[in-house]
Amino acid sequence: MTFPHSFRTLAALVLVVLLAGCATQQPYDYSAFKESNPASILVLPPVNKSPDVKASYSVYSHITLPLSEAGYYVLPVAVVDETFKQNGLMNAEEIRDVSPNKLYEIFAADTVLYIDVTEYGSSYKIISSEVAVTATATLVDLRSGKELWKGVARASSAEQQQNSGGGLAGILVTALVNQVINTLSDRGHEIAGIASQRLLTSNPVNGILPGPRARPISAR
Amino acid sequence: MNVTRTALVLLALIAAATLTGCVTPPQPLYYWDGYQQQVYQRFENTSSAEEQIAALEESAQKARAADRTLPPGFHAHLGMLYAEIGKPDQVRQQFETEKAMFPESAQYMDFLMRKFAK
Repeated sequence: MTFPHSFRTLAALVLVVLLAGCATQQPYDYSAFKESNPASILVLPPVNKSPDVKASYSVYSHITLPLSEAGYYVLPVAVVDETFKQNGLMNAEEIRDVSPNKLYEIFAADTVLYIDVTEYGSSYKIISSEVAVTATATLVDLRSGKELWKGVARASSAEQQQNSGGGLAGILVTALVNQVINTLSDRGHEIAGIASQRLLTSNPVNGILPGPRARPISAR
Repeated sequence: MNVTRTALVLLALIAAATLTGCVTPPQPLYYWDGYQQQVYQRFENTSSAEEQIAALEESAQKARAADRTLPPGFHAHLGMLYAEIGKPDQVRQQFETEKAMFPESAQYMDFLMRKFAK
């Protein structure tokens, strides 16, 4: 008599734990993002905090695709980089210090996206063959200076490629990224593509919101 | 009776799960082709401006043939490369195209035309 009872209690407990596990992710507060309703994004050259000097421009050359497919106008990254160089700003740290006012004056974008690459390549050897990339992003309104969104993503060669998330938009961008990386032999750059996609695809779970050029939800 | 019903529900669930796995992704908004690789090559300096222009012009032709839209920044990037080999007419044309396709770029394109096309 007591045995099935305690079994039932146990089952209930397991269920509670499982449900709680699903609920731990706090929904992101998008009120500032929605209020700003940006159409264009100026992405600055990422600041590299990994030991690999290639990290910054590897990630920088990947970010246009996910953000554009999310429905934003992304200012041309190589041209933006050239503009900074012609103005004497040669590295990402110096560029990071340019004030939002000055950025708005030249680029007239609605927002600026700051990226940090915190892990790139095989710097942390958990498994000897692992190549991993981690990046964080912060979206700031260039007119008000308000932070609109923050995200972090990691990709690693030691995982299965299937669970990249992001629903249909995720599948789409995965397909596009795979198309690009299949032609490359540079493993770090390849993993950087997956990390960039995870970071910047308009993901329903705490991701960047779809921009004005995105297809209506029903068509996606 | 009850067992068959459970089995049917289970089958339906498996079918649904299998089908969701096979959903074909929607068509991308833009025709990417080799644009992202060209941006990377530009940063890595692994090919000349002429080679990069040739690759991008080929992509542009394929996009026209497929009646697809080139991604944001494509024409501006091409304009910058034309500036490097001293072709001011093409520079202006590419920046104007970027501006027409994406009015969000207007102020920056005007800034670039003042700088490059001098």
